[in-house]
Order: sequence, then C-alpha cells, then structure tokens
Amino acid sequence: MNFPEDLKYTRTHEWVRALDKKTARVGITDYAQHELGDLVFVNLPEVGDEAIMGERIADVESVKAVSDIFSPVAGEVSAVNDEILDAPELVNSDPYGAWLFEVGEITEREEFMSAEDYEKYCEEGE
Amino acid sequence: MKLSFEKSRQGRFFPLLPELDVPERKISSALTRAGSPRLPEMSPPDISRHYSELARRTHGVNDGFYPLGSCTMKYNPKINDEMANLPGFTHIHPLQPEHTAQGCLEAMARAEGLLCEITGMDSMTFQPAAGAHGEFTGVLLIKAYHESRGDSARTKIIVPDSAHGTNPATATMTGFQVVNIPSDGSGCVTLDALREAVGPDTAGLMLTNPNTLGIFDRNILEITKIIHDAGGLCYYDGANLNAIMGVARPGDMGFDVMHLNLHKTFSTPHGGGGPGSGAVGCKSELARFLPSPHVSRRGDEFFFDAPSRSVGRVGAFYGNFLVVLRALTYLVTIGGDGVRDAARNAVLNANYMMKHLSGIYDVAYPGGCMHEFVLSLERLKREHGVSAMDVAKSLLDFGMHPPTMYFPMIVKEALMIEPTETESRETMDFAIAALRSIYERALEEPESLREAPIHTPIRRPDEVNAARHPKLRYNFD
Repeated sequence: MNFPEDLKYTRTHEWVRALDKKTARVGITDYAQHELGDLVFVNLPEVGDEAIMGERIADVESVKAVSDIFSPVAGEVSAVNDEILDAPELVNSDPYGAWLFEVGEITEREEFMSAEDYEKYCEEGE
Repeated sequence: MKLSFEKSRQGRFFPLLPELDVPERKISSALTRAGSPRLPEMSPPDISRHYSELARRTHGVNDGFYPLGSCTMKYNPKINDEMANLPGFTHIHPLQPEHTAQGCLEAMARAEGLLCEITGMDSMTFQPAAGAHGEFTGVLLIKAYHESRGDSARTKIIVPDSAHGTNPATATMTGFQVVNIPSDGSGCVTLDALREAVGPDTAGLMLTNPNTLGIFDRNILEITKIIHDAGGLCYYDGANLNAIMGVARPGDMGFDVMHLNLHKTFSTPHGGGGPGSGAVGCKSELARFLPSPHVSRRGDEFFFDAPSRSVGRVGAFYGNFLVVLRALTYLVTIGGDGVRDAARNAVLNANYMMKHLSGIYDVAYPGGCMHEFVLSLERLKREHGVSAMDVAKSLLDFGMHPPTMYFPMIVKEALMIEPTETESRETMDFAIAALRSIYERALEEPESLREAPIHTPIRRPDEVNAARHPKLRYNFD
C-alpha cells in the first residue's frame, strides 16, 4: 500500500494536496480504492459548487457499493477531473494521479493526518 | 446460449391471439408506428425449449437452498398459485362495475383486515408494487401529515447506519434530508445520538426491527417515544417482519406507518425480481392520506372510495392484486398459530445455523439473532486473501444460492444468511458442511476458491466490465 509523504489525509480516506495557499486538490487514497474494489462510476461536483467541510460532495461506485466522498475543506469547487468520468478505473490504477476535484477560496479545513499517521490509522482498522 | 433474437426465423409464429370476431377499427396512420416492431419470430416448441433452457441456467427456491439475507426466500406453497389462477380472479377487468367484482373486493378487504391484525395498523393500501415503492408511499403519508398541520419546518428523516439502502433513498426521493445515526457496539440505535439528532425539524424516523444485523432493538419503545416527543412520526420498514409476525406488532412498538413485503413474508414467488406487493399500513390518524382508491364496506357491499386527503395514486388500479391474493391464501392456510410458528421457526433456524457456523467463521455481532445473522470474513481476507465474494461463488458449486454479500455496510466482508422457516435441518446441515469445507479450502488452497464456481453454466461474470460497458439492447446489425 502506498502512502505518499507529500500529501495530507482524512479519516474518511481522502487525500489532499495543497496547490497554493487557497487551493487544494482532492482524491481517494490507495487504501480506499483497495477496500472499494474496481470502481465503475464516479459522480463529481460541478465547478462553482459550494464545498461544505465534512459534507458529501461526490460519490464513487464499485461493484460492491456506492460510497460518499466528503469535502475535507470549505470553499468553492474550482476544477473537476472529467477524465475519470469515462475511465473510473484510473482511480484504481493510479489513485494519487487520478484526482477527483479541486477546491479554491478555502476558508476552513479539517485536521489532517500525515502519511505516517494515516498509515497507522489504516493498519489499526480505522 | 443463443438469444431469442438469434433463434428467430422469418415467418415462424405462435398462434397466441384468437381470430378477430369484432368489427375492425382503423387507427389513424398519424398514431401508428412506421414499421412492425422487430420481435423474434419463433415456433411453439422453440419458445418452450428456449425458456426451459433459461430455467436450467438459473437457481430458484424450487431448485435448492436460497439463504439470501434480507430477502426471505421461503418456500411458496403451490396452493397460493392455484387460488390466484381461479378464473373468477383472473377473468376480470379492473374497470368493470364494483357490484360485478364483489369477490375480488372482499378478498382485498379480508387481506387488509388480517394484515392489520398482524401489524397493529388500522388501515392499508395495496397499491405500491414492492418494498421501496411502499416506503415512498409511507413517507408521503408522513409528509402529508405534517403539511396538513401547517408544520413546514419538519425537513429531516432520521435513519440508522444499519438501514437498508432504500431508506435514505426514500427519504431523499420524498424531499427530505437524511440524518444518519450510528449503531452502538451491539448493532442497535445509539439513544444519546438519537436524542441529540431530534428537534423541531424532525419529520420522522425510518427503522427496521429486527435490524439488518438480525438483532431486535430492545430500546424500541424508548426510540419511538423520543421521535414522538419531538413531534415526528415513526416508519417501520417491514422487510424483516418474518422474524416477529404473530409475536410482536410494529403498531404496539410505537410505529405510525409501515410497509409489508407481501412477496417475501407472505410467500409469493419473487426470485426473479417480482411481481411484488409493498402494502402500506398506517394508524387511523394517517388513514385519510392513503392512496386512492381504497376498499370500504357498507353492510354486505364492498366498494372503492377515496380517502378524504389522499396523496393520490401511486400506481395503476389496485396494485398487484394476484400477489395480495396469494398472501391471503397463505394466511388463511396457515392460520394465526401458523403465522406465529413460522416466525419462531425462522428465528430458530437462523440461530441453529449461526451457532454451528460461529465455531468456523467470525459472527459480526455474536449472541442470539432473530431471523438472520451476519458473518464477517475480514480475518479470512486479511490472512488468506479469500474474500466474501470468493466464498459466495464457491457455494454455487454446492447447488446453493449464496447469502447476501457486502451488506450491511457497517460489517466488512459481510455474508448475511437468512435460512427462513421452511428449510429442514438436513438442508441447513448440508449448507453448514459446505461452508466448513470452503473454509478449510481457504486455509489450504486459497487459489482454488478464486477460480470458483467450476460447475455452473456461467463461471464468474465480468461484473466490472458489465457495469462499465453495459449492453442494454440487442443490436440487429
């Protein structure tokens, strides 16, 4: 399992990359894609949507189940990764490259975990 | 196997329709389609063999054990079908005058009476076509109730995290926001979290009891009281009624409205996805909101009337009438004692299987269960790389339908087993032995389980590819 050092992590298994002071890119972790299994659909927000911290902003569907994706920050959706709509398998093959959405104008953020802490969190079975 | 379209040969036919014996009426060409629909053309023996071939490739409750958790795949007595095939019930038109259909109306009224007695409800509609449709109808009643009192602030429906997925979907479809309540260590509703969640915005609660873990929530009276004290109503998801019918009644637990899956609990064939009947029962305070029409009685006469503040129709005519008739036949055949015994045996059978499997697999919530229980194969997956999916697929080679997989969501690598009351001890012993031998193989040769099933007409369908690139229609070219 892969836990890149340069990312931050949430308890609901999203990864966050700070692009600049007010913008962050969000995806789901290697652990999350492994637990979910092969993804078959991804629903993304639209650019301009309000991102409310801790609330559902997207969902991913595998052959097992549909899972909600929660926004780790408050702000406004500034970009979405359209590429994965037609190719959700990219999230399985490259979870840290196949990002889901970006949030700009960030006003608030969750307490994130470091790669080391997140790895421990996953090992402990959440 | 070939599709009927591929077997089609031009000019072959099945003389299904009788000769035209009434004057032919021409329909304006503006209303007719340009060409004939491209239906397969087949002779009677080819059609008969086509469907027999399909039947051999599937698995129904008449073929073998079908412990699909949450689906109550009990044996359906054939007398139910005999009654539903009586010409008085089948040679009838939904629009013919009520006085010429008194037997059908009486059958509906009688089914309503018996089902209200079992559930503790006062009134019932048979219009919804199945469980989720019933939920939708029931929550519409809750909405209509609050609206009738001018209380527009009630925008939230509370749903525990062990709920069937249809519960939050129903609440959303009816325009409510869903508030999720976590389960406690024993799989039941966390009372403190519930108390914190309720308020003047609470429209109601949706709950299954016993819940999807097969556990009866002992705090049920306190739960419904918390909701009522906050001004909300309580909806009972009747999916698991098989565990308690004839023993405990949702109406006595404080529920105001509920649905029944007549096709499950009251034994009508539903393995192919229907037809179903999601009858909705409610307390008298909500009866005026029920869908229209509803069967009423005046002296010896039965007639259709419209509840005064009906939410309207939720389906055509009177619902799946012949499914209601099968359920009525079941109830009349087994009687009140039989209803209670069915529930008790369903619980006994589930506990028998759980006890024997608990020495092999990990039971998600140990202790007693009601009509079903959940195994967690998380340890097997972590230590041997064998998933719930692999075990389920391996069961197919034993001529058995697998349990429900990956549900409820709060249990990892879940297998949910519901044997029902109609299975013999020998059938359950065979299933226990099969699950034991699969477990032993998981330790010794886990690779072989990932190959399963070996002996079925289709091995492992490519579910991922089917979901990503579905082929939904026949391509003639």
